[in-house]
Amino acid sequence: MTGETMLEVRGVSAGYGGFRALFDVSLEVKPGEAVAVIGPNGAGKTTLLRVISKLIAASAGEIRMEGTSLGSVPPDKVVELGIAHVPENRRLFPRLTVEENLRMGAYAPSARARYRERLDFVYELFPRMRERRNQLAGTMSGGEQQMCAIGRALMSGPKLLLMDEPSAGLAPVIVQQVFKLVERIRAEGYTVLIVEQNVQQVLRVVDRAYLLEVGTIRLSGRSEELLASDEIRQSYLGL
Amino acid sequence: MFDIFLLEAVINGVLLGGVLALLALGLNLVFGVIDVVWICYAELVMVGMYTIWWLFVHYGVPLPIAIAAAIALVSLCGVALHQLVIRPVLGTPPINQLLVTGGVLFFMQAAATLAFGVEFRNLGLRMPIVEVSDMFFSFARILAFGTALVGVLVLWLFLTRTYLGTAIRAISQDREIMPLMGVDPRKIYLTTSAIGGGMAGVAASLLALQYDVHPAIGLSFGPITFMICVLGGLGNMAGGFIAAFVFAQFISVGGFYFQIEWGYVLAFAFFIVMMFVKPQGLFSR
Repeated sequence: MTGETMLEVRGVSAGYGGFRALFDVSLEVKPGEAVAVIGPNGAGKTTLLRVISKLIAASAGEIRMEGTSLGSVPPDKVVELGIAHVPENRRLFPRLTVEENLRMGAYAPSARARYRERLDFVYELFPRMRERRNQLAGTMSGGEQQMCAIGRALMSGPKLLLMDEPSAGLAPVIVQQVFKLVERIRAEGYTVLIVEQNVQQVLRVVDRAYLLEVGTIRLSGRSEELLASDEIRQSYLGL
Repeated sequence: MFDIFLLEAVINGVLLGGVLALLALGLNLVFGVIDVVWICYAELVMVGMYTIWWLFVHYGVPLPIAIAAAIALVSLCGVALHQLVIRPVLGTPPINQLLVTGGVLFFMQAAATLAFGVEFRNLGLRMPIVEVSDMFFSFARILAFGTALVGVLVLWLFLTRTYLGTAIRAISQDREIMPLMGVDPRKIYLTTSAIGGGMAGVAASLLALQYDVHPAIGLSFGPITFMICVLGGLGNMAGGFIAAFVFAQFISVGGFYFQIEWGYVLAFAFFIVMMFVKPQGLFSR
């Protein structure tokens, strides 16, 4: 292994009540990388991202961001370590305007000082958002909402972007656009950890991927290797 | 047919509407954000009125300072109410929350009786009457109306222009993801409770200029405040604002045509009918 690790997940288990969704999961993301966690519905992919953001607590294991253990960090302070989370189904505030949603992304004290600058950056990245800035977020199309959700996450000035199923629930044409967005985010220099069911498409935009099945990492490797592997081809690409 | 007394009644209704709107604002804010109805809201107003009376009449504290102290105290009461009573029942069925804040209502009434007795107390101030071409208006009501408008405007600016205000609106739409924004939901709830209590304190200072305070004063304002909020769509602050003026016209103009008591009867009858016609409120969101 070369280079420093940005995010390190080691031996993490987690669940909801009596139900355990993750068993001893370990993975890492290096600066500048784009990494995917793929796997079927219910494999624990969303749970994994929620544990990293501390929306739910891990029952075992450790998570480190640039060497800092998240163990004692309160959930609302995770974003200040440089981790921004684009949640499943976008989860915009539907009755706030686009710009108010973006403002919420810059809520952390450290982000407020650079609000103007980052707002301009997001509007340059997504000119559509500038056009719609006074529109209620809930009235936009799915693809536009995804732009807004990504923009909201970028407003905190993150180093690492967690993306949960960005293509879920979108029309096929829009799905293409969303993966283009992911490529652009990468090109801007963000490190990305993305969770996806859309295996074929996501493997084209990331460097490496982990296969998560029933809460356990089954396989990991470079995207080309996984695209060529029999297991992935048979189970996930239907080839 | 121009009737100057009717015009006077209409304008008085508008002035009354301002006070009712201010009363409804705090209750609506708390419900809209925390999803809990403070049934004991008017008793917080009572605390504010007693505080002003106590400081002003007993200790000779200048009125503006007494008012500022009352607003601060009622605001703290809002925080305490949330921390001690609401928080333990946040996840429970709404009926539990209604019952427990209802319990606080009677507790506060009883405590006020114990502390201050059942006598009616007033500040002993005589507020001037303003005469405009044969129409008479109470200066206290004009002051209350003006303060209510300013209060609504300040609250609106706060909710739309600041990070904290935006978070207060956002949390009612999606509480779970607030930590992802760097927001601690508990702090937002406490801030909202402090503002809700503060609004009750402002209302108290306006009402103390017009009405005597006694342990059951909350029953004079509580039900009507609650009905205004429901009529406007619970949690909908703009709806509550408009509903306050509708209610005030029923009371004022109804009182003009019949007697003042009839005004209230008509207003409550209107409320009941509206619950059949549009139970989700006039302006449900």
